[in-house]
Amino acid sequence: MSRLPFQAFLDEHRTPVLAYLRAMVGPSDADDCFQETFMAALRSYETLDGANPRAWVMTIARNKAIDHHRSAGRRPLPKGDDLPDVAAPARAEHDPELWAAVAELPERQREAVGLRFAADLRYREIAGAMDTTEEAARRSVHEGLKKLRETVMKEER
Amino acid sequence: MSDLDAIEAQLRGQGDADQSSLELARRFAEAAAASGDAEVAFATLDTPVGRTSVAATPRGIVSVGLPNHPLDDFVERLATQISPRVVEAPGKLDLARRELSEFFEGDRRDFDLALDWTLVPGGFYRKVLDATAKLGYGEVMTYGEIARSAGNPRAHRAAGTALGANPLPIVVPCHRIVRAGKDPGNYGGGPELKRWLLELEGSLPT
Repeated sequence: MSRLPFQAFLDEHRTPVLAYLRAMVGPSDADDCFQETFMAALRSYETLDGANPRAWVMTIARNKAIDHHRSAGRRPLPKGDDLPDVAAPARAEHDPELWAAVAELPERQREAVGLRFAADLRYREIAGAMDTTEEAARRSVHEGLKKLRETVMKEER
Repeated sequence: MSDLDAIEAQLRGQGDADQSSLELARRFAEAAAASGDAEVAFATLDTPVGRTSVAATPRGIVSVGLPNHPLDDFVERLATQISPRVVEAPGKLDLARRELSEFFEGDRRDFDLALDWTLVPGGFYRKVLDATAKLGYGEVMTYGEIARSAGNPRAHRAAGTALGANPLPIVVPCHRIVRAGKDPGNYGGGPELKRWLLELEGSLPT
């Protein structure tokens, strides 16, 4: 069993976990998902042994975000109708339009972009969390970014 | 910088996530300590002699860290010796922190805290600390006397070892065990702190 005090684990990962959850479920629901993510991590802390801690906790966070969408009776890939969540004031000062555009991406691209930039995972770790190949993860991020560029340029016109 | 790089840079900005996550992490830690999912909770308090740490399990106070004991080391030992499910939860330790503060300020003479003896080895160690726990405020005993109280009058050195390993200083008042003579002797928190504590209680030999 990992012997790193859980408090140190919490301090190390709290900010990227919150940034990721805000990107996935929006700022108002991210708080609940944050509590659920770390409670699940605490309860299964022994299974971390030997794993990459950042990728491990993000896999839990991703599952909580997916559960959250299901229990809210939403489609697993929220689009425009979830915009009010994502554009809520908690993140107003940091590119709400851009993250609103992220929320409109197809599910795989959206998750890959969130794991890459909000959670700051490497492609290998994203592939692990999404149960796909490194190449596919890289492609999802790249396609997501291209689509975001189109959206941003359209808005600027 | 290409458009894609600019978008990447914007996506990496975490806004106020750091401050918000600190508050959420604190709320999480208190909830985990209250539910018992975190098996150990710790907190710190400021005293006239420096920052003191205290930790509890659901059974009671399990460890006290004197000011010369670095917090990182205190927490790592809890993780290694009890459970890695350790969180900082000052709310959970509110009563212990209050009683310890009052003691260090000279406003409290004994403690009403449940104790968890997990970190005390059994046998003679436990007997020595049990006997020590019975000493009242301002009372002192020599190492030979406490060894006798613990049932082995000749084991004054072993008694010293047991006291040196006391995980619950202050609440199990090992500072009240002194050498015969003017020098009160060694202390886990340092000999200076032992003199300070005895002086606080009015029992420093003059």
